[in-house]
Amino acid sequence: MSIAAIDWHQIVNFDNYGELLPLVRNSLIAGAMLGVVGGLVSVFVMTRDLPFAVHGVSELSFAGASGALLLGVSVVAGSFVGSLLAALALGILGMRARDRNSIIGVLMPFGLGLGILFLALYKGRAANKFGLLTGQIVAIDDTSLTVLLVTSAVVLIVLTAIWRPLMFASVDPEVAAARGVPVRFLGPFFVILLGCTVAVSIQVIGALLILTLLCTPAAAALQVTSSPSLVPLLSVVFAFSSMVGGILLALGTSIPISPYVTTISFAIYLVCRLLGRLQGGRRSVTASAPQVEPGRAATPRARWQRATRRHP
Amino acid sequence: MTAVVELRDARLSFGARTLWSGLDLTVGPGQFITVLGSNGSGKSSLLKAILGTLPLTEGEVRVCGRPARRGSRRIGYIPQHHGYAVDVPLRGRDLVQLGLDGTRWGPPLPWRNREQRRQVDDLIERVGAGAFANRPIGRLSGGEQQQLRAAQALATEPAVLLCDEPLLSLDLRHQRGVVDLLDKQRRDRDTAVLFVTHEINPVLPVTDQVLYLNDGRFRIGPPDEVMTSAVLSELYRSPIEVIRRGDQIVVLGADDASHTHPHTTSQTTKATA
Repeated sequence: MSIAAIDWHQIVNFDNYGELLPLVRNSLIAGAMLGVVGGLVSVFVMTRDLPFAVHGVSELSFAGASGALLLGVSVVAGSFVGSLLAALALGILGMRARDRNSIIGVLMPFGLGLGILFLALYKGRAANKFGLLTGQIVAIDDTSLTVLLVTSAVVLIVLTAIWRPLMFASVDPEVAAARGVPVRFLGPFFVILLGCTVAVSIQVIGALLILTLLCTPAAAALQVTSSPSLVPLLSVVFAFSSMVGGILLALGTSIPISPYVTTISFAIYLVCRLLGRLQGGRRSVTASAPQVEPGRAATPRARWQRATRRHP
Repeated sequence: MTAVVELRDARLSFGARTLWSGLDLTVGPGQFITVLGSNGSGKSSLLKAILGTLPLTEGEVRVCGRPARRGSRRIGYIPQHHGYAVDVPLRGRDLVQLGLDGTRWGPPLPWRNREQRRQVDDLIERVGAGAFANRPIGRLSGGEQQQLRAAQALATEPAVLLCDEPLLSLDLRHQRGVVDLLDKQRRDRDTAVLFVTHEINPVLPVTDQVLYLNDGRFRIGPPDEVMTSAVLSELYRSPIEVIRRGDQIVVLGADDASHTHPHTTSQTTKATA
């Protein structure tokens, strides 16, 4: 079938938009809430360098959800079990970046494989299977919505409460610890908050595409500003617009919501990157001192020391 | 005169290994103490003991007359330099701000009160970071980041600054900048400085006392008394030659002190070139 033969009217049809809107009421509320929580959580995902961890947790969450689907129990509960197990494993075993990455690299394919096994055994609707990986639009029943709203509200309140110490612990763990911030508690604690966010997002946005909500918004915001109050604000605006905008666009078409969400999110990132470039040009003109790349040895001694550190 | 930091008969051991024992150290206001020693001699652990994050095995450590405890506002801490990632949502001034309120719960409020903003401005000015304080922290050079770290450490008006190799990976110009600002701080405000380093030369002109740690032994005294061939040979239990040339000290011969060797020579070459 050639492209021209596609009946575009079947794919894109905004004729009965007003009547369709109430059908996605739950999805819209869920999307809006996830936009706010995801936007804030993604700030720390970026600051703490956790995008890979998000991906790992979401695959485990997917395994939990598909297992629940197979057993005929609550899918949300299943995804919670999966992502909290992953979060605990990360929290206990590896908060250092190197350990963390290898643990995720080991866990992720296992979780994905497990999930695919469960789905292969599952005899129910095929749409349910696909939805867990890529998200779906009308899957949010009232119970799931309640769980999502309550969980998001809790994450939101707790994250706001620990914001400053968590930021301190994320950028300068040694100084923060010396000043009495409970650094060793906050790291794993944030991963658990992250696990909860992943668990409730997975139904709406899908396990494979979750980074569009938990990484891209803050990454985009960081391209244009480094202000600690503007980054979270912009990140929330970006996440909210891509979630709600994606759902509203998907409604007029027969394509799932995730391509819309990811495309809007990516477009925002591109625009921000471009703006950041333009700003960067200005920045280099005003730069006063010659830039020494952080972490790069600047003196012969430092270079020598790095060399000996590598070969003790 | 009350001591800012006081260690009495302090011992620190990890299992069977003793880093140092019988350590008595009194640091008065405005004193600049340089802590030298080979890797693993317990220099950083000494700072951690004073910070209260590492308990002593024996003896006691007091800060401003009180037993050391974690989170004291009387101590400013400047750790070893590590670069900040570009993905950090902070500008230079926000890093300083964390020194003021980073331990408090709640979100950062964009409408900070005027008093706090003035305090941050004041700290930034004190370390001479005004030109770049509004730029993203991840885009600043290593030296600029260390200046801001110093401002952050000064935020609580500490009685003592603990510096753990703050000059590492900085070029000579920035090394001098950081040393000058520490020196000014202790002269103007009587802040004591404990400065851990591998390399005495950058801080030699400002050093009051040297604490040299090696293999469980230690010596405390003015640089002229400690940095001699006799004392270091005794500390290392092997022949060591200390050459003084103007305001530079070159240490030759120690296995572990050879650690300082390449830099010292390269610096001397530079100075004489």
